[in-house]
Amino acid sequence: MQEPAARFRASWVERLRSLGILIPFIALFVTLSLASSSFFTKVNLLNILDQQSATLIIAAAGTLVLVAGGIDLSVGATYSLAGVTAGYFAQRTNPALAIFLGIGAGVLVGIANGVITTRLRINALITTLAMSFVVSGCAALITKGNLLVLFDKPGFGKLARTEFLTVNTSTWLMAGAVIAIGIVLATTAAGRYMYAAGGNAEAARLAGVPVDRIRVVTFVVSGAAAGLAGVIDTSRVLSAQASSADTGLAFTVLAGIVVGGTSILGGEGAVWRTVVGVLFIALIGNGYILLGLDPLYEQITMGVILIAAVGLDVWTRRART
Amino acid sequence: MHLELADVSKHFGGVRALDGISVEIERGSVHALVGENGAGKSTLGRIVAGVLAPDGGRVLLDGTAVSFRSPREALDLGIAAIAQEPSIVPQLTVAENVLLGSEPLRAGFIRRRSLRREYEKLSASAGFELPGDAPAGRLRTAEQQKVEILRALSRDATTIVMDEPAAALSAPETAQLHEIIRSLSAQGKTIVLISHFLREVLELATTVTILRDGQVIRTSPTSEETEESLVLGMLGRPLTSAFPDKVGPPADSPVVLSVRDLRAPGVAEASFDVRAGEIVGLAGLVGAGRTEIARAIFGASPPEAGAATLGSGLAVGRSPRDSLRAGVAMIPESRKEQGLIFGRSAIENVSLPRLGDFCRIGFVRRGAERRIARQMLERCAVRGAAYSSPVRTLSGGNQQKVLFARMMLCNPNIVLADEPTRGVDIGAKRAIYDLLVSLAADGLGVVLISSELEEILGLAHRVLVMRRGRLVAELEGPQMTEPAILAAAFADRSAGGAAA
Repeated sequence: MQEPAARFRASWVERLRSLGILIPFIALFVTLSLASSSFFTKVNLLNILDQQSATLIIAAAGTLVLVAGGIDLSVGATYSLAGVTAGYFAQRTNPALAIFLGIGAGVLVGIANGVITTRLRINALITTLAMSFVVSGCAALITKGNLLVLFDKPGFGKLARTEFLTVNTSTWLMAGAVIAIGIVLATTAAGRYMYAAGGNAEAARLAGVPVDRIRVVTFVVSGAAAGLAGVIDTSRVLSAQASSADTGLAFTVLAGIVVGGTSILGGEGAVWRTVVGVLFIALIGNGYILLGLDPLYEQITMGVILIAAVGLDVWTRRART
Repeated sequence: MHLELADVSKHFGGVRALDGISVEIERGSVHALVGENGAGKSTLGRIVAGVLAPDGGRVLLDGTAVSFRSPREALDLGIAAIAQEPSIVPQLTVAENVLLGSEPLRAGFIRRRSLRREYEKLSASAGFELPGDAPAGRLRTAEQQKVEILRALSRDATTIVMDEPAAALSAPETAQLHEIIRSLSAQGKTIVLISHFLREVLELATTVTILRDGQVIRTSPTSEETEESLVLGMLGRPLTSAFPDKVGPPADSPVVLSVRDLRAPGVAEASFDVRAGEIVGLAGLVGAGRTEIARAIFGASPPEAGAATLGSGLAVGRSPRDSLRAGVAMIPESRKEQGLIFGRSAIENVSLPRLGDFCRIGFVRRGAERRIARQMLERCAVRGAAYSSPVRTLSGGNQQKVLFARMMLCNPNIVLADEPTRGVDIGAKRAIYDLLVSLAADGLGVVLISSELEEILGLAHRVLVMRRGRLVAELEGPQMTEPAILAAAFADRSAGGAAA
């Protein structure tokens, strides 16, 4: 039997852990506000959100994949494919169709990932990594290596570049998508099944949870989110190309999710954490620029923080048992 | 005097697991540690074996204070630990596992022949046979334990700590283990035995220490103890009766589950009926196919041939999801691996199979979920635990009751209970027995799988004995005795052994 005092202390540690990245985030936010006069301005903050909108959307969906016990490394390539698909059709047809097909491409990649990992039982890490090559290749086939320029298609640009209540639609779309994904994970039966599938797949299956189906759903959401992000960014900059640099996006996204405190082992995590994690990383980048620090150190800082975040997760897990 | 613990304390987070423990363990004795789950006996065993370091107090070995920083340091001083779940490298052979970390080397390369020789010498002196070149992963739990025992002997261990060694063994395997313990003790080894099985403790141990809530109640020679006196010490109160009264099903009660020519991985052929209100015990050795039958009926690993049909004529066994919907529920063998989502709350674990019932357009109505799940948890006597904290923090007994609460929420007609009291303390065991009996009294058909014969005999109205994937005996009424079950479970073992 535990004494009440002991139980209180244990739950206090648990609670502190559950706040996780929020405390360093607030500390960094306050520090930057004090250190740089241009940080805490509407322009700068909205700019950060706008720049991070693609990452935030993909990371929010990626949180579902991780919670359900999977991982999706193909999101960077999917983002790219969706961008060039939308760009390609925006040049030739109307913007609405281009948007639809761009997101549709992402959904298809998600379905493929989901089916391969659940039906064929191939490890998600390998599947999505391999898929990222296939998808990158497809994107390159569409562009034939060229930059798709859409400066003469302002209609397509309206998707991301319209201002509504002084904020860009790209930010509004991001907020809508992230909140919707967060609500799904936190309050729906599907979300509950994701936690169960990632927490203990066999126990979940024996409790009647359709584990495979729910994992497919997470991959489809992830693909669709990467598709939406790609389309938004193409609309934002009015150009698209199949760039191999976009595969790096998958790791940026993963870093944000993990820094936020969602476990790579599945079964634990939340979308709000991911939002804080992604923004924390963004603040570091923003801080380096505003304070005029040597940007060469930025990546080193990032890596150290990532290890610290994962280390903290592992360490507190061990302390609990 | 061999090993002495003086005023040893240990905390986990804010929880005090051991509170000023003092125990003396004589050389060459079999010293048992008994207590309810959470009493601190495993923690104590792990401190002796160097797996955990105490927060306070001293460990004295032959009068000198020692502080182990790792199991390896303890091993260097002759103390080895054998865990409940053996830790072996499944891909390596038995001999390689036994000598893992102390292989005979020449210039960094393993000398296979002398490894082989050393292994044979070791197994000869231990007095039991294991094929040295078999991959250790293919062995059964009981044999893997022998690998660990050999490993301890290979390091010249003088003290061996065994934590619940019989928990995952069937009755005959347990008998074999007891032989090994006796012979080790006869060779002058000191054995620290942590066990739930009081009969085992009384048979094997020379001295017994009773722990309760992290404190020593008393240490005494086992000759002065009885099962009742141990239970009294462990619980702090007498236990009324081990089993509830048996009330059989009415003679005309209908068949609610009928299994015909069932074939599945590990099950060669099985046909039997279960009637409403009946508890059918499924006995046999570990690996005889008992769990596999339950899994096939439930659809966890669907049958290859044959059928399991409900009273309604509905066939089950396609998938757990279908079976649950049709009214078949299973308490799986391992609550950790197959039962619970450890990171989620008791409430969420209970509601999981019927989450749809609490949903409106896909959103979980937490109020309704909480209310119904709480009702079930209270009916299953989950006490002293926060229903909203992760089930990982609950005691083993409460975790098992959470599985029962989940099962009751599904409102089944058939319950397949696979080792429902494994790793559960005495108080919780009785509560689980009461639950099983009350389920049967409500007209459910219960299939009870257990490696504890007492449990089968104490609860079941009819016993089916399995051997090598087949049902080999059906015992009823006065035929249900321990020797009869053992004889059926074992029968062609000796014949098979003679042929081989």
